[in-house]
Amino acid sequence: MDTYQDTIFKLKRYWAERGCIIQEPYDVEVGAGTMAPETFLRVLGPKPYRVAYVQPSRRPADGRYGENPNRLYKHQQLQVILKPTPNDVIDQYLGSLEAIGIDLAKHDLKLEEDNWESPTLGAWGIGWQVMLDGLEVTQFTYFQQCGGFDLELVPAEITYGLERLVAFLQGVDSVFDITWAPGFKYSDVRFADELQSSVYNFEMANVDRLWRLLGEYEAECKGLIEAYSKYTEKHRFPVLPAYEQVLKCSNLFNLLDARGAISVTERVGVIKRVRDLAVGTARLWADQQEATA
Amino acid sequence: MSLDFLLEVGTEEIPHWMIPGALAQLQKLDLLGATPRVDATPRRLVVHASGLPDRTPDREETVKGPPVSSGEKAAAGFARKQGVDTSEVRVNGNYYELNKRIPGQLAVDLLAASVPSAILGLQWPKTMYWTGGKTGPRFIRPIRWIVALLGDQIIPFEIAGVKSGNITRGHRILGSSSIPVATASYEAELRKNFVILSSHERRHKIETEVSKLDAKIDADLLETLTFITEYPTAIRGDFDPAYLELPAEVLTTVMRHHQKYFAVESAPGKLAPHFVAVMNTSGDPEGIVKRGNERVLRARFNDARFFWNVDQQKKLVDRGDDLAHVTFQAKLGTYLEKTNRVVQLVKELGGNAHAQRAAELCKCDLTTEMVKEFTDLQGIVGGLYAKAQGEPEPVWRAIYQHYQPLSMEDSIPTTPEGQIVALADKLDTLRGCFSVGLIPSGSKDPFALRRAAQGVVKILVEGRLVYYLDQLVSGELREFFMERIQHYFREVRGYKYDEVNAVLKVGVSTLKDVEDRLNLLAKVRPTPNFEALAASFKRINNILKQADFAETHPVVDVGMLEQGPEQELHEAYEQREFGSLDKVAELRPYLDRYFDTVMVNVADQNVRRNRLSMLGHMLRKFSTIADFSEIVTSGEQKQ
Repeated sequence: MDTYQDTIFKLKRYWAERGCIIQEPYDVEVGAGTMAPETFLRVLGPKPYRVAYVQPSRRPADGRYGENPNRLYKHQQLQVILKPTPNDVIDQYLGSLEAIGIDLAKHDLKLEEDNWESPTLGAWGIGWQVMLDGLEVTQFTYFQQCGGFDLELVPAEITYGLERLVAFLQGVDSVFDITWAPGFKYSDVRFADELQSSVYNFEMANVDRLWRLLGEYEAECKGLIEAYSKYTEKHRFPVLPAYEQVLKCSNLFNLLDARGAISVTERVGVIKRVRDLAVGTARLWADQQEATA
Repeated sequence: MSLDFLLEVGTEEIPHWMIPGALAQLQKLDLLGATPRVDATPRRLVVHASGLPDRTPDREETVKGPPVSSGEKAAAGFARKQGVDTSEVRVNGNYYELNKRIPGQLAVDLLAASVPSAILGLQWPKTMYWTGGKTGPRFIRPIRWIVALLGDQIIPFEIAGVKSGNITRGHRILGSSSIPVATASYEAELRKNFVILSSHERRHKIETEVSKLDAKIDADLLETLTFITEYPTAIRGDFDPAYLELPAEVLTTVMRHHQKYFAVESAPGKLAPHFVAVMNTSGDPEGIVKRGNERVLRARFNDARFFWNVDQQKKLVDRGDDLAHVTFQAKLGTYLEKTNRVVQLVKELGGNAHAQRAAELCKCDLTTEMVKEFTDLQGIVGGLYAKAQGEPEPVWRAIYQHYQPLSMEDSIPTTPEGQIVALADKLDTLRGCFSVGLIPSGSKDPFALRRAAQGVVKILVEGRLVYYLDQLVSGELREFFMERIQHYFREVRGYKYDEVNAVLKVGVSTLKDVEDRLNLLAKVRPTPNFEALAASFKRINNILKQADFAETHPVVDVGMLEQGPEQELHEAYEQREFGSLDKVAELRPYLDRYFDTVMVNVADQNVRRNRLSMLGHMLRKFSTIADFSEIVTSGEQKQ
């Protein structure tokens, strides 16, 4: 039986052999692999790109103090971006399942419609959830729009939910029982994080301070966006740092949400604030790419 | 020559619910007069036909030339330009003309030109682009291969960079990915490669296997699975009987909606600890798929049990204030506000204390973990929780059923309390949305207001509830309701169009009254004399219309009535209090005689006026049940 890390190694190796850059996780909090700039920004514009990376993804509201066998505050995704989409993309994807030891002839595979949309990122795509013996193991999306831009080269995004996939491979009922490395369970590595983060997110995060921080990061991002047009040496302009402010805002929004601190009326407004920043930064990035091409 | 045609558009998995609509469009494909036979799996849309010609026949076309006045030289030039010998030119009136032979075209060329645009012209609920950016071709999912054959010839074309050919692909896992086919061998080759092309056959296979495994067929699920598989095979799995402690509604929803499993019953209405899953593969000899599905279901059931236990920690009644955090609709505020309005409305509609209590609690389950996870179970979960928390039966049942009817086929709530809460909830939604301009138009109805209104109509009629329509709705919303009322009586109850029109034309007080009048009308319609009578009423209506007679309270001067048929008709209708429709038919001989002998439009304006008044008076009197002039008589249908 492969360990958790064995499976990750194999997936990375598989996609590296198919021309992907193997990136390391992005070091700013994100809610999904899609939000890392390796996806969100790289899918824009006419330049081909292929990348795969594991991305720890934080969803404060999904935390369950480590008590629920299938729900996590922070889960790990293996994210693959193939831009443009190769014609045999699904065969390549199925090959990756074989590569981690799934004999597809012995399983039931279905691609069931599941389109994806992220209002905060001004992004949506068309795709499926990949069902293996009744379990959703992957989200497959053809991006159509990102940061409010129609995409020129439609990328395929393949997102493996690693814990779920490996629990399936190892035949365990709880993600905490996954063998991460010989002698170490998932719970040994991550339980404390799940418990403590749940306590912080649900009980102790200082709401007033989170709101202030949200305002601060927003202001920083806005300031940068406004400074861009007058900045002459475009290639030096800090678009990527501006995008990091967006990610900070998004994470703070999720934290406030988990704290129950965002009222119904505020909610739509805050989503729009974050979206404006995301779309604004995407526009700078596209412009900068063009200006420096 | 008579040729077979085959088109297979190979795609990535098409959403199951869109496939029948696409097939209906392909059914209309223009194949040079041949009739298309269509079928599909999630990965292929297929059109077969036989009896296509190899080419269209040659034909002659008359081409008009220059005027005769322009001379013979011009005529010669005209012939040359058309590529026809000068001797062929003839004179027709003032112009030269000639017959030109238009050679027929090869069918393969015509199809190569017409098929690609027909494929890309298919209408889908949502399309995507995948190559060539936003200006590239759009389809439901990427097209990956195309088979296009006429006889043994490939119909050559290209869509989205994919060239047509004679190579198909089998089942993703079990089949070959490169299978040369001919029109005759196509379906058999697919079968060898684990694709059952016929959706009819797939449906039948699922139905037979599922029934053999003792599961109950669910028609919607059957349809979904038919179009989500290329080679369906059913297997049975088990779960721990301990989960049967959870409500059957929850277990069934998890199985049916989340996992697409059929539930198994040990006795009618009693779940057994098994499920039937339909795989997209040929078998599961080692039980791997079975175990996988069991594991997933176990996790789902565990979640459900966890939600149930967590939710019991806060009673429904203590969740009321939490509804202030749940938006009903941006312009219409929160569910707390909605709840307050619904409670008020239930009071206005005369709901008892149980109904009011149910109204107060009916939306509280929106804050539970169970409903957040299984949204389809809203209402049902509230009802189950209310029961578990000791609310009286009329209260929990009303909560449980207050979203009903969810469709025209669904039944209305069974208790008076449930009916009144369901009515108030839907009416509040409708009034609210209409008041802020959220009115359905065309196919746009994001708040499902048609369904809500249809639900109100169904509850009012089938619950025999006596509320005046004008008391419930007004203005634009009333108009909207009139459409729904018509729709309900025609499409759902099967009353004839003209009968519904005739009854509604004279106004709507309560829907119970509408139904009663429809029943009277339907009963009297087949009786002798009725149609002739309806024709006479139509004639009266026309006479009054032509005369612009619009008095609402016409007064008849009896002294001015002529002896004979006119007086007799007057007496006949005055004597009869026609609350019951069958008596109306007795009027027929009087009316016949009247129209045979009496002229309405006479020169004497006073007499004319009096005659119009009498007709108007009579019409009004007999139009309390229905406007007979709306009845389509057999004579009219023949026209």
